[in-house]
Amino acid sequence: MGAYVLRRLGYGVGVVLGVLFLLFLLFFTITAPEDIARKALGDKAPPEAIQTWLENHEYDRPLWPWQDWDENLLFDHYRKMLTFDFGVSDADDSPIIDRIKAGMGPSLSLTVPLLVLGLLVSIPLSLLVAFFRETYIDRMGVFLCVLAMSVSTLLYIIGAQFLIGKVLRWYPISGFDASLAMLPRFLALPVLVGLISGVGGDVRFYRTVFLEESSRDFVRTARAKGAGEARIMVFHVLRNAMIPILTRVVLAIPFLFMGALLLEAFFGIPGLGSMTVDAIQSNDFSTMRTMVYIGSLLFVFGQVATDISYGLVDPRVSVE
Amino acid sequence: MALLEVRDLRTAFPSKSGMTPVVDGVSFDLERGKVLALVGESGSGKSMTALSTLRLVPKPGRVTSGSVKLDGEELLSLPVTEMRRIRGGRIGMIFQEPMTCLNPVVRVGAQVAEAILLHESMSKADARSRARELFVEVGIPDPEERLDAYPHHLSGGLKQRVMIAMALSTRPEILIADEPTTALDVTVQAQILDLLRDLQQKRNAAILLITHDLGIVNELADRVAVMYAGRLVEMADRVSLLSDPLHPYTQGLLRSIPALSAPGEPLPEIPGVVPSPDQWPVGCRFSTRCPKRFEPCADQFPAELNPKLGRRVWCHAVAESAREGAS
Amino acid sequence: MSWLEPHILSNLVTLGLLVGLVFATRVVRAQRLWREAAVELWRRRRFAILVVGVYLLIGVADSVSWTGGVPDDAVGVLPNAPLSVLDRAFLDSREASYSAPFADVEFYGGDALRHPGGHPLGTDILGRDVFYLSLKGARVALLIGGLTSLIAIPLALLFGVCAGYFGGRFDDFVFFLISTMASMPSLLLLIALIMVMGRSTFSVCIALAVTGWVGFCRLTRAETLKLRELDYIQAARALGVSEVKIIFRHILPNLAHLIVITFVLMFSGLVLSEAVLSWLGIGVDGSWGQMIDGARDELSRQPVVWWNIAAAGSALFGLILAVNSVGDAVRDVLDPRTARES
Repeated sequence: MGAYVLRRLGYGVGVVLGVLFLLFLLFFTITAPEDIARKALGDKAPPEAIQTWLENHEYDRPLWPWQDWDENLLFDHYRKMLTFDFGVSDADDSPIIDRIKAGMGPSLSLTVPLLVLGLLVSIPLSLLVAFFRETYIDRMGVFLCVLAMSVSTLLYIIGAQFLIGKVLRWYPISGFDASLAMLPRFLALPVLVGLISGVGGDVRFYRTVFLEESSRDFVRTARAKGAGEARIMVFHVLRNAMIPILTRVVLAIPFLFMGALLLEAFFGIPGLGSMTVDAIQSNDFSTMRTMVYIGSLLFVFGQVATDISYGLVDPRVSVE
Repeated sequence: MALLEVRDLRTAFPSKSGMTPVVDGVSFDLERGKVLALVGESGSGKSMTALSTLRLVPKPGRVTSGSVKLDGEELLSLPVTEMRRIRGGRIGMIFQEPMTCLNPVVRVGAQVAEAILLHESMSKADARSRARELFVEVGIPDPEERLDAYPHHLSGGLKQRVMIAMALSTRPEILIADEPTTALDVTVQAQILDLLRDLQQKRNAAILLITHDLGIVNELADRVAVMYAGRLVEMADRVSLLSDPLHPYTQGLLRSIPALSAPGEPLPEIPGVVPSPDQWPVGCRFSTRCPKRFEPCADQFPAELNPKLGRRVWCHAVAESAREGAS
Repeated sequence: MSWLEPHILSNLVTLGLLVGLVFATRVVRAQRLWREAAVELWRRRRFAILVVGVYLLIGVADSVSWTGGVPDDAVGVLPNAPLSVLDRAFLDSREASYSAPFADVEFYGGDALRHPGGHPLGTDILGRDVFYLSLKGARVALLIGGLTSLIAIPLALLFGVCAGYFGGRFDDFVFFLISTMASMPSLLLLIALIMVMGRSTFSVCIALAVTGWVGFCRLTRAETLKLRELDYIQAARALGVSEVKIIFRHILPNLAHLIVITFVLMFSGLVLSEAVLSWLGIGVDGSWGQMIDGARDELSRQPVVWWNIAAAGSALFGLILAVNSVGDAVRDVLDPRTARES
């Protein structure tokens, strides 16, 4: 098992290095540092100001190692990213790492309940729909899922804010208060909206998994043994379906940290997601760069974790 | 009264042109303690016949008419909860592909125990020891360790033994075996056949054996029924059928066995292919390929004929020669 | 090049698409597999297909434009700008400011409208007819979904098939590339690309294609690996058939159903992604997403201005739902694993 984990981690490291290279291409070659400076200082800024800005942000070096082996942006980029030395925001010069630390908590407080509740709602729903496959309950269910999936998340958010926040006035439209008493009130609406916008796609996915497992030969064997449909669903089908379901869940864990971008921005939750949105709107390249990097790190971590969990859960996977 | 009486069983699947039958009026008896082999090529409907008796026809197909009586009790109209007691309890079934027929994430011992616990109430420990005894009975070495094995740890032959143990765990009166050895190696085939024969004799169970392999028929069967295109064409005891086949299809099948043909000569074959259910010819379904075809064959399906005691055949040519013989 | 104005390019492309459609129809009718699939699809999703067709027609109506022919007294229109069929249908529909659907007077203030009762979906803050704006969004959406797929799918095919078929170092490289790109959160990568490349329709489509090709590439690579081992492909190679021929005559046709399924299913995801981009301010001009984003604040006005966002939202929803519905059916009909007697 150890060798398997090491191998997966090794490949993951390789992928992260590749991601960093792509990021370098994107953020330093396609847009030159001078352009970033101009965006931060304004187009009319004099060359001296730009030069000063570049020096302050350590951008005043050649791009590639063959231009200057000791001081070049490529090595800087790798060194800094791998040591989590994220530097400061291009927009307001604040240390990025501080903002990340501050934003993690609020993001988690939104996404963890969302994930857990999402599972608690969609798995039983999809079991139900799969149990009644080919009947009108199934068709209705699938139709509702397609319907729910076709509505843009934007519309869900705006609609929910309007209806529940303004018209019915049940919950505040946006805002955040970290105290335990107030937290649920501010999270209720974003969690609800997140649930509704996601349930369509989730139920459809799980339903497909359940249906696929239901048509396998061992289900026919179980029926021939005299097992009832309910037992077949819960004992035989669900157990086999857990494997792809678990894969999906483990892959989603890294995104708990990133926060749901839209939900945070719309509902005023000061997490990593709104940080990213702010970076976009203020052309803050260094923050954007960092967020994409962190996102990728978490993604790779999630994939490795998924592979490992596969080995633990599926007896067919031998991790020699 | 026979243990299992099937009368005029019809099973069909919906298609663009209505319901297409795959089993089209099959009737036979299975006697207590005897082995009946249902023989036919792929597409003849033999597997569907077996599944129909247990009402396990995969959706969207279903049994459309007929009667299946177990010890006088009509199975086709039983409520589902009663039918579940029959399945696995009084009638057990084993399938062709042991690879995929066992749940891959559950240990085999637990799967056998499940079969027991679905029909008898006992403690899990008791069910487990019963499973171990069954493993011994079906010849699985190291039964205690094997109880905790997952299906992918076992070879094909062992998996099939597990399936047999599972099916026989509740001492059913009938065992339906659908091509039990087709997916196995030849040497393993022989072992499984021996096992089935031993168990059948020891427990005096009736077996409905579905197969396309006449060699297996010779090893195990007491009576043989030959199916073609959804219907029976001949039925007799094993010896008579193999030595003196009456129906041209049966004759063709026997002629094409390699062991029975002379070396150096081309292997005899039945020209043409088995028609699919939406292309069944009118009249006798074998008429398009039959060497003995004559006028009535393309018009109407032959009526059942009983030329000798215990023999049934559906063939105009046989009827014709019987008439000529009598006159 | 003064003759290659955007609108002339657009006209040519539209013509090209129509020709392509005719060609595709002939191909479909010639091959039994596709013909039967098309008939089955029509049987299952008549309504949804018609809806998509209507959107397509509207998009085409907005894609064919020419200059001239504008009456001098037209309000809010540059006399020499190229105007499409759609534009000309709504040529003189400008008001001064907000008006509710079918209203006679302006919403705030009550001044009389130039076309009382003539705006079925009202007008926006600049007085433009909302129905007209919603119809214009169709072209943008179709462009986003279509152009992006046109870039992403061939790219994915090229890399995926070559990687799967030829294997070796190229395959290692492609697999590494796919893993790396797939590890980057697509929305963030998308935003980063647009931040870097600029906001034109073309760069948005390229950005969407760059983030979208990876999934399909993985699929084509896996399928090609499977197909390569099939007996008849091995036989062809043993007979000395050239690799290129094998790819075009044996591998690609077997991927055709995947291409169709992927295209239809990708489409709605792309349009929805653009809506999010519009909300972030980096979307395409004239899209429904932009309308929704712009209209967001109108809901807080007193009294509420709701028709803008309702129109754009419904138009978006209508297209996405229809495409999703057809996409589901396309997958059921074309996927050999799930195709079953119904």
